[in-house]
Amino acid sequence: MDYQTGFFYLFSAVLLFAAFRVITSRNPVHAVLYLMLSFSQAAALWLLLKAEFLGLTLVLVYLGAVMVLFLFVVMMLDIRLDGDRWGFWQNFPLAAALGGVVAVEIIAVLWVGFPKIAVEAAPVASDVSNTKQLGLLLYTEYLYPIQVAAVILLVAMITAIALTLRQRKDTKTINPGEQVRVRAADRLVVVPLAATQKAAPAAEQTEEGKA
Amino acid sequence: MSLTLGHFLSVGAILFALSVVGIFLNRKNLIVLLMAIELMLLAVNMNFVAFSHYLGDMHGQVFVFFILTVAAAESAIGLAILVLLFRNRSSISVEELNTLKG
Repeated sequence: MDYQTGFFYLFSAVLLFAAFRVITSRNPVHAVLYLMLSFSQAAALWLLLKAEFLGLTLVLVYLGAVMVLFLFVVMMLDIRLDGDRWGFWQNFPLAAALGGVVAVEIIAVLWVGFPKIAVEAAPVASDVSNTKQLGLLLYTEYLYPIQVAAVILLVAMITAIALTLRQRKDTKTINPGEQVRVRAADRLVVVPLAATQKAAPAAEQTEEGKA
Repeated sequence: MSLTLGHFLSVGAILFALSVVGIFLNRKNLIVLLMAIELMLLAVNMNFVAFSHYLGDMHGQVFVFFILTVAAAESAIGLAILVLLFRNRSSISVEELNTLKG
Protein backbone atom coordinates (compact mmCIF):
# COMPACT_ATOMS: atom_id res chain seq x y z
CA MET A 1 0.00 0.00 0.00
CA ASP A 2 1.77 3.10 -1.20
CA TYR A 3 1.23 6.59 0.02
CA GLN A 4 -1.17 7.43 -2.82
CA THR A 5 -3.57 4.77 -1.62
CA GLY A 6 -3.40 6.12 1.90
CA PHE A 7 -4.14 9.62 0.69
CA PHE A 8 -6.99 8.26 -1.42
CA TYR A 9 -8.64 6.66 1.61
CA LEU A 10 -8.12 9.78 3.71
CA PHE A 11 -9.61 12.13 1.12
CA SER A 12 -12.47 9.78 0.34
CA ALA A 13 -13.36 9.33 3.99
CA VAL A 14 -13.44 13.09 4.62
CA LEU A 15 -15.36 13.65 1.37
CA LEU A 16 -18.07 11.14 2.20
CA PHE A 17 -18.34 12.31 5.81
CA ALA A 18 -18.72 15.92 4.65
CA ALA A 19 -21.33 14.91 2.06
CA PHE A 20 -23.24 13.06 4.78
CA ARG A 21 -23.15 16.11 7.01
CA VAL A 22 -24.36 18.29 4.12
CA ILE A 23 -27.59 16.36 3.84
CA THR A 24 -28.18 15.90 7.57
CA SER A 25 -27.11 19.14 9.23
CA ARG A 26 -29.83 21.27 10.79
CA ASN A 27 -28.33 24.62 10.01
CA PRO A 28 -28.05 25.53 6.30
CA VAL A 29 -24.89 27.54 7.00
CA HIS A 30 -23.24 24.41 8.40
CA ALA A 31 -24.41 22.52 5.32
CA VAL A 32 -22.74 25.06 3.03
CA LEU A 33 -19.51 24.89 5.03
CA TYR A 34 -19.50 21.08 4.86
CA LEU A 35 -20.16 21.35 1.12
CA MET A 36 -17.04 23.50 0.83
CA LEU A 37 -15.07 20.83 2.72
CA SER A 38 -16.34 18.10 0.41
CA PHE A 39 -15.45 20.11 -2.70
CA SER A 40 -11.93 20.69 -1.39
CA GLN A 41 -11.50 16.96 -0.78
CA ALA A 42 -12.78 16.22 -4.28
CA ALA A 43 -10.19 18.64 -5.65
CA ALA A 44 -7.50 16.74 -3.74
CA LEU A 45 -8.77 13.46 -5.23
CA TRP A 46 -8.55 14.99 -8.70
CA LEU A 47 -4.97 15.96 -7.97
CA LEU A 48 -4.30 12.29 -7.19
CA LEU A 49 -5.73 11.51 -10.63
CA LYS A 50 -3.27 13.98 -12.21
CA ALA A 51 -6.02 16.36 -13.29
CA GLU A 52 -4.26 19.37 -11.85
CA PHE A 53 -6.01 22.06 -13.87
CA LEU A 54 -9.48 20.82 -13.01
CA GLY A 55 -8.60 20.38 -9.35
CA LEU A 56 -7.37 23.92 -9.07
CA THR A 57 -10.34 25.18 -11.08
CA LEU A 58 -12.63 23.42 -8.64
CA VAL A 59 -10.95 25.18 -5.73
CA LEU A 60 -10.91 28.59 -7.40
CA VAL A 61 -14.31 28.58 -9.07
CA TYR A 62 -16.35 26.45 -6.71
CA LEU A 63 -14.86 27.21 -3.34
CA GLY A 64 -14.05 30.78 -4.28
CA ALA A 65 -17.16 31.86 -6.14
CA VAL A 66 -20.11 29.48 -6.14
CA MET A 67 -19.90 28.43 -2.51
CA VAL A 68 -19.48 32.04 -1.40
CA LEU A 69 -22.60 32.84 -3.42
CA PHE A 70 -24.41 30.03 -1.63
CA LEU A 71 -23.22 31.27 1.73
CA PHE A 72 -24.27 34.80 0.86
CA VAL A 73 -27.78 33.76 -0.11
CA VAL A 74 -28.19 31.44 2.87
CA MET A 75 -27.15 34.15 5.27
CA MET A 76 -29.30 36.77 3.52
CA LEU A 77 -32.49 34.73 3.71
CA ASP A 78 -34.12 34.45 7.07
CA ILE A 79 -34.59 30.72 7.37
CA ARG A 80 -36.40 29.09 10.21
CA LEU A 81 -34.16 26.41 11.58
CA ASP A 82 -36.84 24.20 13.00
CA GLY A 83 -40.45 23.38 12.31
CA ASP A 84 -40.08 22.09 8.77
CA ARG A 85 -37.97 19.10 9.73
CA TRP A 86 -40.69 16.93 11.13
CA GLY A 87 -40.33 13.34 10.02
CA PHE A 88 -36.69 13.72 9.04
CA TRP A 89 -35.28 10.94 11.21
CA GLN A 90 -38.53 9.08 10.76
CA ASN A 91 -37.92 8.82 7.02
CA PHE A 92 -34.20 8.29 7.46
CA PRO A 93 -34.09 4.46 7.64
CA LEU A 94 -36.06 4.04 4.41
CA ALA A 95 -33.99 6.68 2.62
CA ALA A 96 -30.74 5.16 3.89
CA ALA A 97 -31.83 1.72 2.71
CA LEU A 98 -32.70 3.07 -0.74
CA GLY A 99 -29.40 4.92 -0.93
CA GLY A 100 -27.53 1.79 0.10
CA VAL A 101 -29.29 -0.16 -2.65
CA VAL A 102 -28.41 2.50 -5.22
CA ALA A 103 -24.76 2.61 -4.14
CA VAL A 104 -24.33 -1.17 -4.00
CA GLU A 105 -25.92 -1.66 -7.42
CA ILE A 106 -23.82 1.03 -9.09
CA ILE A 107 -20.63 -0.26 -7.48
CA ALA A 108 -21.41 -3.86 -8.41
CA VAL A 109 -22.01 -2.96 -12.03
CA LEU A 110 -18.90 -0.81 -12.21
CA TRP A 111 -16.61 -3.36 -10.54
CA VAL A 112 -17.78 -6.05 -12.94
CA GLY A 113 -17.84 -3.82 -15.99
CA PHE A 114 -14.49 -2.18 -15.46
CA PRO A 115 -12.13 -4.68 -13.88
CA LYS A 116 -8.83 -3.65 -12.45
CA ILE A 117 -7.46 -1.17 -14.90
CA ALA A 118 -4.23 -0.19 -13.21
CA VAL A 119 -2.46 3.11 -13.62
CA GLU A 120 0.34 1.47 -15.55
CA ALA A 121 -2.05 0.13 -18.14
CA ALA A 122 -2.78 3.52 -19.62
CA PRO A 123 0.12 5.91 -19.40
CA VAL A 124 -0.82 9.47 -20.11
CA ALA A 125 1.75 11.42 -22.07
CA SER A 126 3.77 12.96 -19.30
CA ASP A 127 6.05 15.28 -21.24
CA VAL A 128 3.26 17.84 -21.72
CA SER A 129 1.55 19.33 -18.71
CA ASN A 130 -2.09 18.65 -17.99
CA THR A 131 -3.04 22.29 -18.51
CA LYS A 132 -1.38 22.38 -21.92
CA GLN A 133 -3.11 19.20 -23.00
CA LEU A 134 -6.47 20.54 -21.89
CA GLY A 135 -5.88 23.88 -23.58
CA LEU A 136 -4.83 22.25 -26.82
CA LEU A 137 -8.06 20.31 -26.89
CA LEU A 138 -10.25 23.21 -25.78
CA TYR A 139 -9.05 25.72 -28.31
CA THR A 140 -8.88 23.44 -31.34
CA GLU A 141 -11.38 20.67 -31.24
CA TYR A 142 -13.83 22.20 -28.76
CA LEU A 143 -13.79 25.76 -30.04
CA TYR A 144 -17.51 26.02 -30.75
CA PRO A 145 -18.55 24.33 -27.47
CA ILE A 146 -16.38 26.69 -25.47
CA GLN A 147 -18.07 29.65 -27.13
CA VAL A 148 -21.46 28.15 -26.36
CA ALA A 149 -20.29 27.80 -22.76
CA ALA A 150 -19.35 31.47 -22.75
CA VAL A 151 -22.81 32.38 -24.02
CA ILE A 152 -24.36 30.21 -21.30
CA LEU A 153 -22.40 32.09 -18.66
CA LEU A 154 -23.46 35.42 -20.17
CA VAL A 155 -27.11 34.37 -20.22
CA ALA A 156 -26.83 33.20 -16.61
CA MET A 157 -25.33 36.51 -15.56
CA ILE A 158 -28.01 38.58 -17.33
CA THR A 159 -30.76 36.34 -15.96
CA ALA A 160 -29.53 36.57 -12.40
CA ILE A 161 -29.29 40.35 -12.61
CA ALA A 162 -32.68 40.73 -14.29
CA LEU A 163 -34.37 38.45 -11.76
CA THR A 164 -33.08 40.18 -8.69
CA LEU A 165 -33.10 43.76 -9.93
CA ARG A 166 -35.63 45.69 -7.96
CA GLN A 167 -36.74 49.26 -8.50
CA ARG A 168 -38.14 51.08 -5.55
CA LYS A 169 -41.48 52.77 -6.03
CA ASP A 170 -40.55 56.04 -4.39
CA THR A 171 -37.38 56.87 -6.23
CA LYS A 172 -37.51 60.06 -8.28
CA THR A 173 -35.50 58.82 -11.19
CA ILE A 174 -35.80 60.58 -14.51
CA ASN A 175 -35.81 59.12 -17.97
CA PRO A 176 -33.08 60.83 -20.01
CA GLY A 177 -34.69 59.81 -23.31
CA GLU A 178 -37.94 61.55 -22.50
CA GLN A 179 -36.04 64.57 -21.29
CA VAL A 180 -34.14 64.93 -24.53
CA ARG A 181 -37.20 64.37 -26.70
CA VAL A 182 -39.25 67.09 -25.02
CA ARG A 183 -40.20 70.18 -27.08
CA ALA A 184 -40.88 73.68 -25.93
CA ALA A 185 -44.58 73.39 -26.73
CA ASP A 186 -44.93 70.53 -24.23
CA ARG A 187 -43.70 72.60 -21.36
CA LEU A 188 -44.82 76.20 -22.14
CA VAL A 189 -48.27 77.16 -23.37
CA VAL A 190 -48.76 80.78 -24.52
CA VAL A 191 -52.26 81.90 -23.70
CA PRO A 192 -53.41 84.92 -25.74
CA LEU A 193 -54.55 87.68 -23.44
CA ALA A 194 -55.56 91.24 -24.19
CA ALA A 195 -53.14 93.87 -22.99
CA THR A 196 -55.79 95.63 -20.89
CA GLN A 197 -58.67 94.07 -19.06
CA LYS A 198 -61.86 95.71 -17.98
CA ALA A 199 -61.90 96.01 -14.21
CA ALA A 200 -64.57 94.13 -12.38
CA PRO A 201 -67.25 96.23 -10.70
CA ALA A 202 -66.04 97.07 -7.21
CA ALA A 203 -69.46 97.47 -5.55
CA GLU A 204 -70.56 93.89 -6.13
CA GLN A 205 -67.32 92.58 -4.72
CA THR A 206 -67.66 94.53 -1.50
CA GLU A 207 -71.29 93.51 -1.08
CA GLU A 208 -70.40 89.89 -1.61
CA GLY A 209 -67.55 90.21 0.83
CA LYS A 210 -69.93 91.63 3.49
CA ALA A 211 -72.52 88.97 2.83
CA MET B 1 -2.67 -2.95 -3.48
CA SER B 2 -2.56 -0.01 -5.80
CA LEU B 3 -5.40 2.25 -6.76
CA THR B 4 -7.66 1.10 -9.53
CA LEU B 5 -10.45 2.68 -11.50
CA GLY B 6 -12.96 0.87 -9.32
CA HIS B 7 -11.88 2.79 -6.21
CA PHE B 8 -12.70 6.15 -7.74
CA LEU B 9 -15.90 4.90 -9.34
CA SER B 10 -17.00 3.56 -5.96
CA VAL B 11 -16.43 6.94 -4.33
CA GLY B 12 -18.47 8.54 -7.10
CA ALA B 13 -21.26 6.01 -6.68
CA ILE B 14 -21.43 6.47 -2.89
CA LEU B 15 -21.44 10.24 -3.33
CA PHE B 16 -24.26 10.00 -5.86
CA ALA B 17 -26.29 7.75 -3.55
CA LEU B 18 -25.72 10.15 -0.65
CA SER B 19 -27.04 13.06 -2.68
CA VAL B 20 -30.08 11.02 -3.76
CA VAL B 21 -30.78 10.32 -0.08
CA GLY B 22 -30.35 14.02 0.59
CA ILE B 23 -32.98 14.87 -2.00
CA PHE B 24 -35.33 12.33 -0.39
CA LEU B 25 -34.85 13.66 3.10
CA ASN B 26 -34.68 17.40 2.51
CA ARG B 27 -37.45 17.80 -0.02
CA LYS B 28 -38.91 20.67 1.98
CA ASN B 29 -35.76 22.75 1.98
CA LEU B 30 -34.89 24.27 -1.37
CA ILE B 31 -31.38 25.32 -0.42
CA VAL B 32 -30.34 21.83 0.64
CA LEU B 33 -31.92 20.49 -2.55
CA LEU B 34 -29.64 22.78 -4.58
CA MET B 35 -26.64 21.59 -2.55
CA ALA B 36 -27.56 17.95 -3.17
CA ILE B 37 -27.70 18.67 -6.90
CA GLU B 38 -24.22 20.17 -6.68
CA LEU B 39 -23.02 17.00 -4.93
CA MET B 40 -24.54 14.88 -7.70
CA LEU B 41 -22.70 16.87 -10.35
CA LEU B 42 -19.51 16.44 -8.32
CA ALA B 43 -20.00 12.67 -8.31
CA VAL B 44 -20.48 12.64 -12.08
CA ASN B 45 -17.38 14.79 -12.52
CA MET B 46 -15.43 12.39 -10.34
CA ASN B 47 -16.35 9.52 -12.65
CA PHE B 48 -15.37 11.57 -15.70
CA VAL B 49 -11.96 12.45 -14.27
CA ALA B 50 -11.32 8.86 -13.18
CA PHE B 51 -12.15 7.45 -16.60
CA SER B 52 -10.11 10.17 -18.26
CA HIS B 53 -7.07 9.25 -16.19
CA TYR B 54 -7.28 5.50 -16.42
CA LEU B 55 -8.16 5.34 -20.11
CA GLY B 56 -5.61 7.98 -21.04
CA ASP B 57 -8.15 10.18 -22.82
CA MET B 58 -8.24 13.92 -22.22
CA HIS B 59 -11.75 14.38 -23.65
CA GLY B 60 -13.27 13.41 -20.31
CA GLN B 61 -11.59 16.33 -18.59
CA VAL B 62 -12.90 18.69 -21.28
CA PHE B 63 -16.37 17.43 -20.50
CA VAL B 64 -15.83 18.11 -16.80
CA PHE B 65 -14.94 21.65 -17.76
CA PHE B 66 -18.28 22.15 -19.50
CA ILE B 67 -20.18 20.50 -16.65
CA LEU B 68 -18.57 22.96 -14.24
CA THR B 69 -19.69 25.83 -16.48
CA VAL B 70 -23.28 24.66 -16.63
CA ALA B 71 -23.35 23.90 -12.90
CA ALA B 72 -22.14 27.40 -12.06
CA ALA B 73 -24.80 28.95 -14.31
CA GLU B 74 -27.47 26.69 -12.82
CA SER B 75 -26.63 27.50 -9.23
CA ALA B 76 -26.48 31.24 -9.97
CA ILE B 77 -29.94 31.24 -11.58
CA GLY B 78 -31.33 28.92 -8.91
CA LEU B 79 -30.15 31.17 -6.12
CA ALA B 80 -31.52 34.23 -7.93
CA ILE B 81 -34.92 32.54 -8.19
CA LEU B 82 -34.66 31.64 -4.51
CA VAL B 83 -33.99 35.25 -3.55
CA LEU B 84 -36.91 36.41 -5.68
CA LEU B 85 -39.17 33.78 -4.12
CA PHE B 86 -38.18 34.79 -0.62
CA ARG B 87 -38.78 38.44 -1.45
CA ASN B 88 -42.28 37.78 -2.73
CA ARG B 89 -43.46 35.10 -0.30
CA SER B 90 -41.10 35.72 2.64
CA SER B 91 -40.67 31.95 2.88
CA ILE B 92 -38.89 29.31 0.86
CA SER B 93 -40.76 26.33 2.20
CA VAL B 94 -41.78 23.99 -0.58
CA GLU B 95 -45.03 23.28 1.25
CA GLU B 96 -46.29 26.81 0.72
CA LEU B 97 -45.50 26.97 -2.99
CA ASN B 98 -48.77 25.50 -4.12
CA THR B 99 -50.46 28.43 -5.82
CA LEU B 100 -49.95 26.88 -9.26
CA LYS B 101 -52.04 23.89 -8.25
CA GLY B 102 -55.14 23.88 -10.48
